[in-house]
Amino acid sequence: MNNEFHYDYKTVQGFVLSAIFWGVIGLVIGLLISAQLWDANLNFGEYFSYGRLRTLHTNVLAYGLGIGAEFGLFYYIVMRLTKRPLVLPKLARFHLWLFNAGMVLATLSLFIGMNQSLEYAEFEWPIDIAIVILWVLFAINVLGNVFTRKEKNMYVSLWYVIATIITVAILYIVNNLAIPSTLFKSYSVFAGVNSANVEWWYGHNAVGFLFTTPILAMFYYFLPKSTGLPIYSHRLSIISFWSLIFAYLWTGAHHLVYTPLPDWIQTLGIAFTLFLIAPSWGSVVNGYFTVDRDWSKMRTQYLTKFFIVGITFYGLQTIQGPSQGIRVISSLIHYTDWVPGHVHMGTMGWVTMVICASVYYMIPAMYKTTIYSEKIANTHFWLVLVGQLMFSITMWITGIQQGAMLKMTAADGTLQYTFMETLVRNYPYWQMRTVAGIIFVVGMLFFVYNVLMTIKKGNDLAKQAA
Amino acid sequence: MSNHENSIYSKALVFSVLAAVTVLIGTIVTVFLPMFTSGMHPKTENLTTYTALQLAGKDIYMSEGCVNCHTQTVRPLKADVLRYGDFSKAGEFAYDRPFLWGSKRTGPDLARIGGKYPDEWHIQHFENPQAFYPKSNMPKYPWLKTKKLNPADIKAHMDTNGFPYTEEEMAALADQTQLDALVAYMQVIGASVAKKEAIVVDPANVEQANPMGSSPEAVAMGQAIFKAECAGCHGQNAEGNIGASIVDYAQAGNADADTYVTVANGFEGAMPSYAAKLSKDKIWSVVSYINSLKQ
Repeated sequence: MNNEFHYDYKTVQGFVLSAIFWGVIGLVIGLLISAQLWDANLNFGEYFSYGRLRTLHTNVLAYGLGIGAEFGLFYYIVMRLTKRPLVLPKLARFHLWLFNAGMVLATLSLFIGMNQSLEYAEFEWPIDIAIVILWVLFAINVLGNVFTRKEKNMYVSLWYVIATIITVAILYIVNNLAIPSTLFKSYSVFAGVNSANVEWWYGHNAVGFLFTTPILAMFYYFLPKSTGLPIYSHRLSIISFWSLIFAYLWTGAHHLVYTPLPDWIQTLGIAFTLFLIAPSWGSVVNGYFTVDRDWSKMRTQYLTKFFIVGITFYGLQTIQGPSQGIRVISSLIHYTDWVPGHVHMGTMGWVTMVICASVYYMIPAMYKTTIYSEKIANTHFWLVLVGQLMFSITMWITGIQQGAMLKMTAADGTLQYTFMETLVRNYPYWQMRTVAGIIFVVGMLFFVYNVLMTIKKGNDLAKQAA
Repeated sequence: MSNHENSIYSKALVFSVLAAVTVLIGTIVTVFLPMFTSGMHPKTENLTTYTALQLAGKDIYMSEGCVNCHTQTVRPLKADVLRYGDFSKAGEFAYDRPFLWGSKRTGPDLARIGGKYPDEWHIQHFENPQAFYPKSNMPKYPWLKTKKLNPADIKAHMDTNGFPYTEEEMAALADQTQLDALVAYMQVIGASVAKKEAIVVDPANVEQANPMGSSPEAVAMGQAIFKAECAGCHGQNAEGNIGASIVDYAQAGNADADTYVTVANGFEGAMPSYAAKLSKDKIWSVVSYINSLKQ
């Protein structure tokens, strides 16, 4: 191991620690807003009211935890798969510092109410510019390595990394095109129906290319690494990859079913959404058959279950999602708590599950040691699994309940329930969701502790060696 | 892997270009091309640009994250139309940069909120939503009335949008609060579409005498509905607040049928209608409760 490699790992580790920091903040805010939903007295003034904090919750977790972890894990994967240290290690280190400075500013901007009101693209134009710069720095580092790689063939994970870099750049720039009015406020270049179409093309694919393709990149790299089992089918990887990235971009309009968006765009979106089950399950099947060679790995290698349960929730997510796009189902569950239930199965069951497992593999590998405690990792696993299932299932039940109550009419054609009557029936479920969230967060704290202790163990070993 | 030696997976540039083309096909067909069709830029005939005060209100709506809990699009579905009013038209949103349709109804849809209640309803409701609906989970917004508007910023915002305004209009902003602006915005939402209630009661078809009578059960049922839906405006004990005192109304002695029609159809801009939201029996029970206040 040369020194250059060691240097680059510090940047990787910096991103992992940053992601953990922002993740804890995002999760705690999540707990608070979950309680605000059943007790309005928990809104504390302007800066801690639900409207501001709900925006903060999604953004801090998506950008801070999700993308922060992706930056770190991708730098690691890219170095390994290109068989060379980062081309521009100082630029990567600058990227790390700019990321954290950007997150501080972004968080403050949402606190003071700088909000474009575009879901998952709430940041105002100065933050948008910073995000584009961050992404360009990331692209330069990754593509720099890819173009100067010491390994002829690019492995599956690199395909997903490259697709992520390209697509997110297109999505983010187009959807955030706006005319600045003041430092704090801009207006979108798109208006009305057209802006809805652009936003949900972005919104759905932000999920696709920040929470699907990057996680698949990790899955395809870290599952074989952890289990020692090679990916089942290279052909299936190829088919899944191209059909996934082709179909995803057509599907945004399934978020706009029964809105004034032209019907043909809605219908096309729904059709491609249903097709998307196939490539999604291509990766699910590939994962299952990989471990099918030796299921005893589920028992003997503690990370196997993280990946297999993670890909299972990805599989469930990609069946549930398309079914929600169908008009008749959308008419029942759209705008209800079913949808947060769906989103959280993906983020808590698939995204964080695979990110955590990848970090569990990567941190000890960087120090050439083992995880601090497999027992703590197993505790973490069961807590986040139980927390996530409780969260999703309660939200599905209350979503269907409220959707049905809102639709119900009496014999004389009048509405059966007032809005308030449907709302108060959510409260017990929302209280259960807060409990589920606490269980999940406690599980994540076990993860944080385990990672920190593994780093300490690694540093102690390095000191002994020196 | 030998047969992949010289495939696209060993040529990074070719691979990247192919990936970009692949993701751009769906993008071009469903997003970029439609932009150049008139179908994506409709505008209803009566739609007017926002005034400075209304735009300031819309900006506060965005800043406070109202879109997290409130949608602004009524679907062409029976229950949506009964609950909120006429379904949303594509041309209503031409001046919204961006659209504010939302994706979650933690609170009710607001596409038809304009003109549904008097200004004073919004002023009191933003101050304390629980005074209207004790179990509401909407946060209180008491700071809005203490914050003055910033005319210089709003002028810049109007210019960016290309909305016309007068200097007097701008000068008047300095005395107004964020609450004034937000209420002005509430009242203009959906204003370009004529009000259309799904159910309107024809007074000629209403029974002259209350079929629910004055039984204690009917009065109790009416009182429960009154507390849940009417007490915000008419007072917990019907003593009046934004709306008239119902005690006084009862003392004056009105025909049951008139009371029924008032509750069912409401008054535009002053009182919402309940014909689609409450069944006949429920409205009659409210009449029973009102009559019980006579003594």
